[in-house]
Formats: sequence, structure tokens, C-alpha cells
Amino acid sequence: MWTAILRTALRYAAMAMLAFLLFGFILLISGKDPIQSYRDIFVSTLGSAYGFSEVIVAMTPLLLTALAVALPSRLGLINVGGEGQLYMGACLATWAALTFGALPPWLVLPIMVVLGMLGGAVWAWIPGQLRARGIVNETITTLLLNAVAPMIVSFFIFGYWHSPMDTNKTSIFSSSARLPTLFHTRVDLSLFLGLALLGLFWFIMRYTRWGLEMRAIGGNPQAARLNGIPTRGYVVVVMCLAGAVAGLAGMAQVSGYYGVLLANFSRGLGYMGFLISWLAGGSPLGIVVTSFVVAIILTGGNLLQLTRDLPYSMINILLAMTLFVVLARPSLSRRRKAT
Amino acid sequence: MIRGGEARANPRPVLSVRNLSKRFPGVLANDSIDIDIRPGEVHALLGENGAGKSTLVKCIYGFYQRDAGELILDGKPVDIRSPHDARARGIGMVFQNLTLVPALSVVENIALFLPGLPAVPDLRLIARELESLGERYSLTLDPWALVQDLSIGQQQKAELLKLLLAHCRLLILDEPTRVLAPHEIQGLFQVLQRLVADGLAVILITHKLNEVLECADRITVLRQGRVAGQVSRAEATEDGLVRLMFDKGLAIPSARRRVGAGRTEQPILELRQACTRAEGSQTSLEQINLAIYPGEIIGVAGVSGNGQRELGELILGSVPCTQGTKHLFGREVTRQSIGGVRRAGVGYVPENPMAMAVIPYLTVLENMAITRTSRYARWGGLAMDWRMAERETEQARQGLGYRFASFLPARSLSGGNLQRMVIARELSHDPRLIIASYPTRGLDVQSTQAARQALLQARDQGAGVLLISEDLEELFAYSDRLVVMRAGRIVGEYPTDEADLYQVGHLMTGSQTAYVERT
Repeated sequence: MWTAILRTALRYAAMAMLAFLLFGFILLISGKDPIQSYRDIFVSTLGSAYGFSEVIVAMTPLLLTALAVALPSRLGLINVGGEGQLYMGACLATWAALTFGALPPWLVLPIMVVLGMLGGAVWAWIPGQLRARGIVNETITTLLLNAVAPMIVSFFIFGYWHSPMDTNKTSIFSSSARLPTLFHTRVDLSLFLGLALLGLFWFIMRYTRWGLEMRAIGGNPQAARLNGIPTRGYVVVVMCLAGAVAGLAGMAQVSGYYGVLLANFSRGLGYMGFLISWLAGGSPLGIVVTSFVVAIILTGGNLLQLTRDLPYSMINILLAMTLFVVLARPSLSRRRKAT
Repeated sequence: MIRGGEARANPRPVLSVRNLSKRFPGVLANDSIDIDIRPGEVHALLGENGAGKSTLVKCIYGFYQRDAGELILDGKPVDIRSPHDARARGIGMVFQNLTLVPALSVVENIALFLPGLPAVPDLRLIARELESLGERYSLTLDPWALVQDLSIGQQQKAELLKLLLAHCRLLILDEPTRVLAPHEIQGLFQVLQRLVADGLAVILITHKLNEVLECADRITVLRQGRVAGQVSRAEATEDGLVRLMFDKGLAIPSARRRVGAGRTEQPILELRQACTRAEGSQTSLEQINLAIYPGEIIGVAGVSGNGQRELGELILGSVPCTQGTKHLFGREVTRQSIGGVRRAGVGYVPENPMAMAVIPYLTVLENMAITRTSRYARWGGLAMDWRMAERETEQARQGLGYRFASFLPARSLSGGNLQRMVIARELSHDPRLIIASYPTRGLDVQSTQAARQALLQARDQGAGVLLISEDLEELFAYSDRLVVMRAGRIVGEYPTDEADLYQVGHLMTGSQTAYVERT
């Protein structure tokens, strides 16, 4: 068993190397020194406690948005709507922060968590219902609703919530509406929420009755239905749960990371979660590892932008190359269910 | 055996099949078949499902490779390795599931199929040819209509035109009338008459006797992969054909009958005027009246695709009941979920276990537990009692004398073992109603006996059994009452002892309709 794990790790490392090699050529073409650039990336992220903490900060929302994809994928559902669900979660959480900001944190934070999850859940409930009734495929509806959610957020910000000074963001949340940070870094409590939920996900799928029924639906929906498992109910509930998780990520972003709701605050966190869940094959441990790697690339990319004068979109090239290299290895992903 | 029509002076056959055999794992689908197809005749292949008709024509069409025997085309032995070969030699086939591209027009669909199509095809030329062919054979069809706008009957015409335009001389039609309305069937037969009048040969697969008698020139009856007899139309009678199709020299094992058992009790299941609406390839059920009493086995006879499967699914609740009511143990369950019906004590052995009963990626044990997750759930569902599931699986296995491993994924089991697993699962826990569709399909003799014994035992313990099968021998041997289904209706109902094999055969094939009111 250990040799199998070692072999898998080696193969993934080899694939990562290949991706970095390819990206090195692109750096060369654009006239940068690839070795120096890579050193910058790793020194800035893993080389110092501060850098490391920044990686964790970037990883935190990815854990949640990836889980929001991984959970429905076990039923064969494709939730591309993490982005929209995240926005709706942030939206409702912000309302709570602005309305109940004067209350003590032990009261206002739970309210924000609940409302954030509710916002995401409602946003995922719509595609869930449509799918369960056999009207529209959930992939399409979740994707389309992604375009709507940021508009709703903007509507509230520009119309009602903007601070006196700005038009595109709310006032800074009161301190009781901020998630507590840890160890004097920007890492906040939502990291542990994410890890705990991933653990819970693993436990449910592995040991519980519901996990068994969900695996049955994912394995053969027709047989599961004929065996008396309420597949429609599961579709709706699981979509709502996934939306709630993505909504929680949105709540954590505004309450922990920003402390304020910005219009268009998420640069594709939901889509990144989709990518991560896919790469990890929907496994909880894989999600943690992949999120970490992606977070390194993202934070390193920010830094390259500053020190090496590279456009940020270069980092997307590196991410895309990683995906390609992984895709080109079907032997690794055969056993995994496509998300 | 009835033989006929062979003494006459015959033209040279277009195609002669000699000694053709085809074996699939576990079954000899075609066993030394000899057939001659002559130009200018409609040659009907008649037989029950599984008699080997489709296999035979698929061997001729190159879809399957025959294991032995030879095909002689125009007097020369040929080797047909693929449908492509077959078409190049002038053999064309219309499948049951039509194969046109819905988004393209008729003429585009036909052009796609033509051999040696130039890079820029002149569609107008092809359309003109289509129209002239259509006039000649009364196959009128707008060449520019999109296939998705055509009815099934029109699509079938397009398929025929496609073959004619490709200069096919031997046309194989696999159950063409199954999808047609009665007037369309008449039209098709007229078309076929004109085609054979022009010297083409047609092989028509069907299991409807009246159609055969109406339009075939010669009839070959297949039974269990062998030629049971060959007759010309002049000599054919319904009785003779039914005898050829079904006569198995039935030695019916005596299972104790329970005629009218428990009729005074409340029925386990009662369908009143139940109807369903067909979706896709389903058959819609119309005005089904059926009561199953405790302690009886009801056999459902019928040619497959006549609503037997939908009947099972209606009872289970996977096909919604559009009209009428469904009562289970006296309680109305017309709108009940599948889970609810199952929890009330209904077991279901579907006809295709791999697709409909089993989750391939889960282990056998998980599959065994999946119909009763609430029974094995502990702590409100937070944990599963796998030890109990294993114990009960072991009991179910021993009760039937079956052996299959518990911890392998279900997909690694053979078809027979999967069937055993499903039977063991559905018959454990004392179900009060068992719906069994083709429960013994794919099982060896011993497992078949064990499954049948288990059904009888369940019956003797007071359960009701709905046994759906195409094996009339099985139905006559094990059921207490028989119902016959055709075209989504129950067309006959008898106590098995009073039922006559030939009469049931007549009803199944629709040669003699008798709507029997249930008393």
C-alpha cells in the first residue's frame, strides 16, 4: 500500500515537473529567467513563515469551493456554480454584518455563517429542483446563474450598501462581524471550518447510510431508483448542501479576508474549486493537497507580477498547463470519477 | 414438422444459408440453419423472442461473424465480414431502431449512405431519383423534410428508400411492424409486394402470425436456434405455425396448484383501470385490471415489448399511473414512491440486473444492503451495521444454495452470479409481493431450479408472485393463474390448468383477440 502511495506521489511530482518545464519555456520566450522566477515563487511562498501563511490564506476558500464541487460529483452531478453560490453567500452574510454589526461576535458570526450558507443553498436549490424534475441539466443552470449572482451583489452594493466614500464597496465591517484570525497572520477561522467539513465529507461518504445511498446513485442512478432510494430528494438536498458550502466560502471571504464586500470580489474562486476537485478526483485529501499546490502558484504569481514584471495572466498559463499534463495521464485518472 | 414448397421448380436463390451456426457464451443462438431466399419472395422469419431470428439476419448482414456454415450469394460462396461488405454485395437491412440523423433532411441522410459519394454531392439529383423511386413503389416522401419532423412510419420509408437507392437486392426488415400503426402496416405490405414483384427479395422478421399470413410468400419458423419448419403461404395455417413456434414437447413438472387460493382474503395487489403513458421506447398500459391474492403465482405471458416490463414498473411505482388506482394490501398507493412500495414488502427482480438492480462499483455486500439501508442503519444513519448485513446475506445465500463472494465489486461478477445475487436479495426478508421479470434468464439448470423453488416457497408462505417470462413452459409449470399481455393490454386471463398452450400462443401473437373481462 505504501509503495502504491509513493508511486502515485512520484507520478504527480513528475507531472508537476513537466508542467513547470513547459512553463519555463514560456518564461524564456517572454525574456525572463525561469530559474530565477521559480526561485522567487518558492522562496516567497514556502521560504518564510509569512509567505507560508499567505499560501494558507489563498488555500482556505479553495478548500470550500472544491468541496462544493466534489460532493455533488459523487452523485454524478456537475456543479459549475460555485462562483455564483459564493457570491450569494457573501451577499446574505454582508446583510447580516451590516444589520447586526453592533451585536457581540459570538452572536453575529453564527448568524452570518447561517445566512451565508443559506444564500449559497438557495442559489443551488434552483438548479437542483430543475434537475430533479428533469427539466434542465444542472451543469447549464449552475453555469448560467454564475453570471446573475455578481449582478445581484452589485445591485445591493451600488444601490444601498456602499459606504459614503466609495461606490463599489460597503463600509468596513464592525470588528464583531470579522472572523477571528490566528497566530497574528491573515489566516482565519474558516481554514478549520474547511478542513472539518472535508473530514465530515469523507466520514459521511465512507461510513454512513447516506454515503452508501449517494455512492449508489452515483454508480447507477436507475438501479438506485428502482431499489427505492429517493434519488430526486438526494439531488435537491445535495445541491443545496454544496451551495451552502460555497456560500460559506463567500461568507468567509467577506468576513475574514476582506472585511468588506467589494463588487466582483472573487476572481474565479468557484471555478478554481471546480478545477481542484477535478484534479483531486473528488477525494478530500486530494483536495487539500491540490488546493495547497494551486495556492502556491497563485500567491507566487502575485509576487512574480511585482518582482518580475510579468502579467498575472501568465500564472493562468501555468495552471492550464498543469491541467493539461494531468489530463494527458489517463492511467492516473481512470479509477477516479469525473467531476 | 410441416414441410412444403420445396418440390416446386424454383428460381435460383439469391441467398442460400447452409449449416449456419452461431454460439454466444452459454447459448447456441443458431444451430445448423439452412434457408434459401429466392428473388421475388417475401420470406418471413417467425419465432419467439430468443428463437434466433435476429442473430441469423445479423450473421447474414455481417454484423456478427458466424461460427460455422456458409453463405451462398448468387450461387457463389461469399464471406461477409461486415455490414459494409453486405451492402457492397447488395444486402441491406432496416433495423428495429432506425438509424437516421434527426437534424438532417431525408436526402442528406440518404446521400450519407450512398457508396462512392462525390466530395460535393448533387443533392437535387439524388432527390429526383428518390422521387421517381418513391412513385414506383408508392414510397412517397418529401426528400427535403427534416427527419426529426417525420413520423416513425415515414422514417421507415426513408430507410427503405435508402437501401433501394443503394441498389440492394436483398432487404432484411427486423420487426418493421412493431413501430407502425395498423394502416401503416397495410401500406408497408403493399410496398413489399411491389418490391418483390420487381424481383427483389425480402426477409421479414416478425412474431405476429396474421402479418405473416397476410404478406409472406414463404415462412421459416425458428425455435431455439433451429429451423422448426418451413411452409409456403398456401399451406400455412395459424394452428400449424403456432405449433411450430411453441411446441416443445412440454413435459410440465407438477407444481402444486392453488386455484383460487385465498380468494376470500384481501388481495395483496389490486390494479383498477390502471393506465400509463409511454415515454421513449416504452409501451403504454391501458386499462389494466389485475388482482394478486396471497399464495398465488400469476404468470404474465406475452411477446416482449408488449407491456410486461411496464406492468412490473407500474406496480413498483417507477412508471407513474396516469389513470386508475393501485392498491397494495388494501391501502391506496397510486402515488407512493418506490421506496414506500418496497418498504411495504415488495421485492423486484428486474429483467436486466446489471443496469436496473446493481451498482457495479459497490461491493456485493453493499449491493445487498442497498434496498434496506434503513434496516442496517445505526445511530440514525451515522453508521451501518455491516455485520448484520453480512449475516443476513449469508442466510439468503444458504437458503438458495447460491455461492458468490461478498467483498468483490459487483461488476466483477458474471451475469449468472449477478442474477443469483439479485434473486437472493429480493427474496430475503420475506417479501409479501415479488415481481420477477425473467428471473431465470442466464442461470444454469441448478440455479434456475433453486430460484423457482424459492418462488414456490415464498408463495406457500403466503406471498403473491408476479412472474413475467417468455418461457411458456416455465409459466405453465409454475403459475397458478396466467394473464396474457399484448400491446399494453391484458388480453386473456385463465387459471393455468384450464389454459391451452396454443390459445395462449394465439393471444400473444395477436392472431385471435379475445378481450376477457375479469370477474
